[in-house]
Amino acid sequence: MSEASSIIEIEAVSKAYGYMPVLKKLSLTVQRGQFVALLGPNGSGKSTLLKMISGLVKATAGTITVGGWSMPQEAQAVRPQIGMVSHKALLYDNLTARENLLFFAKLYNVHQSAPIDELLEKVGLRKRADSLVGTFSRGMQQRLSIARALLHNPHVLLFDEPYTGLDQDAGAVLDNLLIDAHQAGHTIMMATHQLERAARLADRIVIISRGEVGYDHTRRLSSAEIGTLYTETTGAASAR
Amino acid sequence: MTASFFSVVIAIIQKDLQAELRSRELVATMILFSLLSVLVFSFALELDRVAEEQAVSGVLWVTIVFASLLGLNRSMAMESDNASIDALLLAPIHRGAIFAGKLVSNFVFTVAVGLLLMPLMSLLYNLDLLAWWLLLVVVLGTLGICVTGTLLATMSLQSRSPAALLAIVQLPVVLPILLAAVIASNGIIGGTPNSDWIDWVQILAVIDVIYLSLCFLTFAYVIEE
Repeated sequence: MSEASSIIEIEAVSKAYGYMPVLKKLSLTVQRGQFVALLGPNGSGKSTLLKMISGLVKATAGTITVGGWSMPQEAQAVRPQIGMVSHKALLYDNLTARENLLFFAKLYNVHQSAPIDELLEKVGLRKRADSLVGTFSRGMQQRLSIARALLHNPHVLLFDEPYTGLDQDAGAVLDNLLIDAHQAGHTIMMATHQLERAARLADRIVIISRGEVGYDHTRRLSSAEIGTLYTETTGAASAR
Repeated sequence: MTASFFSVVIAIIQKDLQAELRSRELVATMILFSLLSVLVFSFALELDRVAEEQAVSGVLWVTIVFASLLGLNRSMAMESDNASIDALLLAPIHRGAIFAGKLVSNFVFTVAVGLLLMPLMSLLYNLDLLAWWLLLVVVLGTLGICVTGTLLATMSLQSRSPAALLAIVQLPVVLPILLAAVIASNGIIGGTPNSDWIDWVQILAVIDVIYLSLCFLTFAYVIEE
């Protein structure tokens, strides 16, 4: 393990799909407890980067370590440390909320200790615990998705455009869950197009443009400042 | 501590059975298709009694293969609908356990359809299909079909039309299984001596072992990027 305070180390990572390069020798180090907002236009490589950290996608070149373990060689050691929330729910429609959580708890071997009811309470779904996930709204599915990601108490939480398809109220609920998770000490990386939320929630802004880190700063910025930086870095208009 | 191989297999089987008992999408579709298939063949072969007797094992296996395609597509669609397969891959579990869990679920659903077909076809075709040896052939043949089907259905998940792709790749792969199963079934239904067809049952078992080993070993490469 290198620095004691760093939890994710990405070193000169490249990724190409066929002949199409997505990430080009990207390097990034994330400290424990940090909330990193990954910004960038569509196709800039944000989701690919999160998928590589989680082990869902393999890098073409470069190294990724999480908690000192290399991906993908030591993926079995890395996987328990990561919880991921995607814009898709990663849940089963024909199971209830409780059954979904119990199933994933078994996969992580925490079914005897996982605080399923507590998590359902936390995400505001205690009363709907025995309802089928297929009957849930998009916002409810996303909240349950967060409960699934928190089930095994991972060190790192990866959020891939979690606000996609959420209305304002559901977005506000998600904001609170993210704040709680950050305050609880989880390291968070969130790919998003929502600059205002990034400004409000994250303590570090990373703008990815054309597969490279175009901007990386830990200073708290206003959404207007981020918007200006975003446009300068990516050449694209920001959607605040 | 990570979950053991068998506890993951059991969790996946429980999950699939629980979801199916609730929705009944998969088995209902397979049973309905099977009923229609044997009825259509029954009417088509009605006028020629000899042809009916000779074709019955073919009808049985064609119905099982196509019903299994329906089941496999639905079973894997359950994993791809909300990208749930990604959640399985994110978990610190052996990839072989995912294969084994899905295989057992698919096998249970498909063999149930096969077992339902045996008495039904006995009635419709006025032949005795209720024989222990035929039961064994149905179990072995269905196992082989589900082994390759589970692997190929997982592979086809990444395509734009997984159902069509699965049918195209699965049918040539199951030909050796079908050949052995149809010949053995013909012999059993026709009442010929054991020595005429017992070799085909053994060949079927050997093909199952080979396919099971190959599919189990390659599944991790198929399911991951």
